[in-house]
Amino acid sequence: MTAATATAARPAARKSNNKAGKELAGRRWLSTLGIIIIVLYCLAPFYWMLASALRAPNDQADNSFFPSPMSLQNFEAVFGPGVGFGRNLLNSVIVAGVTTLLTLILGTFAAYTLARLNFRFKNLVAGIIIGTSMFPGVSLVVPLLKLFTDIGWINTYQAMILPSLSFALPLAVWTLATFFRQMPKELEEAAMVDGLTRGQAFRRVILPLAAPGMFTTAIITFIAAWNEFIFALSMVNEKEMKTATVAISQFTGISGFDSPFGTKMAAGVVVTVPLVIVVLIFQRRIIAGLTAGGVK
Amino acid sequence: MTTPALPPAAGGNATTSPQRHGRLALMLLSPTFVVLALVILYPLIAALRESLYLKQDGLDANGFVISGDNFVGASNYSAIFSGETATRFWNAFFNTTFFTVVGVSIEVVLGVAMALVMHHALRGKGIVRASILVPWAIPTAMSALLWQWIFQADGIANQILNSQILWTTEGFQAKVAVLIADTWKTAPFVGLLVLAGLQMIPNEVYEAARVDGANAWARFWRITLPLVKPALLVAILFRVMDVLRIFDLPYVLIGARKSSVETLSMLAFDEASKLRYGPAAAYATILFLYVAIVAYIFVKLLGADLIGEARERTRNQRRRKAKATAEPEEKEAVPV
Repeated sequence: MTAATATAARPAARKSNNKAGKELAGRRWLSTLGIIIIVLYCLAPFYWMLASALRAPNDQADNSFFPSPMSLQNFEAVFGPGVGFGRNLLNSVIVAGVTTLLTLILGTFAAYTLARLNFRFKNLVAGIIIGTSMFPGVSLVVPLLKLFTDIGWINTYQAMILPSLSFALPLAVWTLATFFRQMPKELEEAAMVDGLTRGQAFRRVILPLAAPGMFTTAIITFIAAWNEFIFALSMVNEKEMKTATVAISQFTGISGFDSPFGTKMAAGVVVTVPLVIVVLIFQRRIIAGLTAGGVK
Repeated sequence: MTTPALPPAAGGNATTSPQRHGRLALMLLSPTFVVLALVILYPLIAALRESLYLKQDGLDANGFVISGDNFVGASNYSAIFSGETATRFWNAFFNTTFFTVVGVSIEVVLGVAMALVMHHALRGKGIVRASILVPWAIPTAMSALLWQWIFQADGIANQILNSQILWTTEGFQAKVAVLIADTWKTAPFVGLLVLAGLQMIPNEVYEAARVDGANAWARFWRITLPLVKPALLVAILFRVMDVLRIFDLPYVLIGARKSSVETLSMLAFDEASKLRYGPAAAYATILFLYVAIVAYIFVKLLGADLIGEARERTRNQRRRKAKATAEPEEKEAVPV
């Protein structure tokens, strides 16, 4: 009797073991499927931009998965004479670059203060800075457009850089502050015990250690400034002064009727691929920078 | 980051140290605040003032032609709420709200799903982390063009769906196109923020729940969601504030002055580009108030405590005094 139950129990145990194995395999399969879906979701439209850019202009309406024959004609068209896209790219680099630089210089002091110093109204200051980052861009455009028209700043770099500070500065301060906060306080305390002033400790101890964080902040700020559209659109009407994003959105075909999507996609590739590469190289840091502010 | 996951208080807390650095703080903060005053406070006040004026040509008492800005009081505002313009305004108001509510809801569901998948990923973590940043790095104006291309009448979207929808023309489908394009770009971002929140939930909590016999569904609703709520709320607040001012996506994808997708930002911009600064400023001020009210309600009602770590710290200290246990949410470094 007991022997019978024992033998009966054994296959049952094996069965449940098997079931657990199956469940594990199933979960692994499900997880892989989920990963594939996310990767497809994120990359498929981007792939379509690449594929369309590499198609010959005559095959533009072709929806086949691979462009064949591959052609660089669209890229030649982007940098063709009369388009002036090279200049637009340069404008974007200048505007986003100067914005990032100014933001880092100003923001480092504010971020250090918020992260390390002790003063009254600290919450209020932090609140103001985070509040300004939510400010709608168009609310700045209207008065600034009028002001810049009056002082002759339309079609200048500063007319794009100055408004860009409105969103770049809070973003940089916030991200930098989280990086400063992550650094052990003992470091600068030790430096100050060793006779350095707070300023010296900041310059010689904190700043070198914060370099990775500042670099990450620079990338995040640069991307935000590079993506900026409404200020660049409203403050500039001369073709030579337009930034790349605005210029692409206004590409027109030769006849004016057909929309040269192949050219637009090629220009899009030129504008995004360098950013995507930088982002991929520094992905860990960027994710840390993007999420650090949000999680607290 | 390589920084160890120190709780903020471990290194001696700024708020607990008796020393105050008011003057130094003022000095270091002033450049930032001067710039913010210049690029935000001044335009805000100028817009308020501007919204009370209207460019008019007329004759003065002596019969001379005067042209310029005349003080018109609240009439720019009252004009918004009457006649034709009222229809346009409420349409833009509805569109803005529609994009915000529907868009953020979809993004949150997708973002949480993505975060869960990434959190439990057994392999392919590297590739998923890399690909999730791609939509974020693409400029919005560029992604609008890309989706315009995808949504062409003979484009890939219609081919895959085997449909003949004119996506980018006026109508409900234009709203759908904007929502899809917006979701594509931002849901992965929400996913990243939520994932960072998920990674802070200690494993023991799940193990305890499993021992107590909670199934996967119960674990999600009773443990994951409540514990990830702070991170999720911050993500939602960021997204809501961002969609309320949405401009470039519908502007590039569908176009200006298209009633099915016109938002408050586009309306204000359109008036400004017609040099009607007074009404434009009135729209911009209304949008600003709308954003501010939503942010206020959000922070008050849902307790999304953004402002601060300083406030958070004092709260944590109070909490720590009450029960000397380590709070899981205090870990700062986010290993992804």
